[in-house]
Amino acid sequence: MSTVYNLKREVEKPARFTGGHRLCAGCGAGIVVSGVLRALDNEDRAVVVNATSCLEVSTFMYPYTAYMDSYIHSAFENSAATCSGVEAAYHALKRRGKVEGTVKFITFGGDGGTYDIGFQSLSGAMERGHDMVYVCYDNEAYMNTGIQRSSSTPHFARTTTTPVGSVGQGKKQNKKDLTEILVAHNIPYAAQAAPIGNFKDLHTKSYKAIYTEGPCFLNVLSPCPRGWDYPTEKLAEIARLAVDTCVWPLYEVEEGVWRLTYIPKKKLPVEDFLRPQGRFRHMFEKGNEWMLEEAQAYVDQKWERLLERTGA
Amino acid sequence: MIYAKDINERTPWQELTPGGEIYEPGTARLFNTGTWRTNTPVFHEAACKHCMLCVPFCPDNAIPVQDGKRLDFDFMHCKGCGICENVCPFQAITMVSGGAPNE
Repeated sequence: MSTVYNLKREVEKPARFTGGHRLCAGCGAGIVVSGVLRALDNEDRAVVVNATSCLEVSTFMYPYTAYMDSYIHSAFENSAATCSGVEAAYHALKRRGKVEGTVKFITFGGDGGTYDIGFQSLSGAMERGHDMVYVCYDNEAYMNTGIQRSSSTPHFARTTTTPVGSVGQGKKQNKKDLTEILVAHNIPYAAQAAPIGNFKDLHTKSYKAIYTEGPCFLNVLSPCPRGWDYPTEKLAEIARLAVDTCVWPLYEVEEGVWRLTYIPKKKLPVEDFLRPQGRFRHMFEKGNEWMLEEAQAYVDQKWERLLERTGA
Repeated sequence: MIYAKDINERTPWQELTPGGEIYEPGTARLFNTGTWRTNTPVFHEAACKHCMLCVPFCPDNAIPVQDGKRLDFDFMHCKGCGICENVCPFQAITMVSGGAPNE
């Protein structure tokens, strides 16, 4: 991508992620994966590594693969380790002149496979400095097994393991801030992205992550109509509200330098993001106003801190 | 080697690829997910400005693009989620009830 971002040019590239996969209608993961892989230059090949996830079970069912590139899946907890092994083997062969061309290494994991189960192998791969990108498509729960809470699930969200009733009112804890944890690994590039607008955000961050040497991390918001309980056609609107309410701020950290990549013209109240989603419905019941206040206070505090860090 | 298109429920295991590996790219395209649709998008070509905003939002890669123009939907893969109708600024896509493409 030597020139500026041009959507028309990018969508005309041959697709690396095909139709015919079994992800649900309106799934955010399909959009995120297409968006990331579209950033690859046409002449380069990729090795796609996948943690166990919705994405894995839906896009790679024998004899069908939705990838135009090589693909490997081994388990839930070791996708980053698997990727780092393939990357190390590739570079060993490359040094001996046994492979031609450029191969990039991209790992996809859901939030369960990244925030929770695959966290140790991710941390290890980042520390060892492999030339790879780890992309977390964050749909904020274990959607594949039936919407169980993960450490990425936000406070008050209803899941099947944090139900709403007389005893509980959704998840009790706040969402883990994984992007910040990855930044603390002092990797060359880490960013938080979302599928919005003309995809410039996701595309440019993916390109940087793929073509920056060393371990890079992308955390991409991936709305899930089943788990978040909203009509499938509303995906773009939900993703837009997540960034405009600063629930999911867009930023990148390059060589330790924090930079906000999007500042909402008008920071919307967090209710605007919560209201269209069934998983937060109970927060709008009478007597639960304190939940909205708490959610707003948490977002404000995180946003203020991010503004300080980025010097915006 | 046996090809993905020739593998089905009746293929004996001796004929499958060793280790269950897949040697062809993008074989998912052989699989029809168009039957999942309960709503179907209608493309109004006259209203389309080919801004391409709908293309990256399609989770099923079901909006083909050729020579700077977006073409009609790939109804073999479109699952009818309706995201494209919502992101189109020119009302060039409308969803209709039912799974059959109404041409």
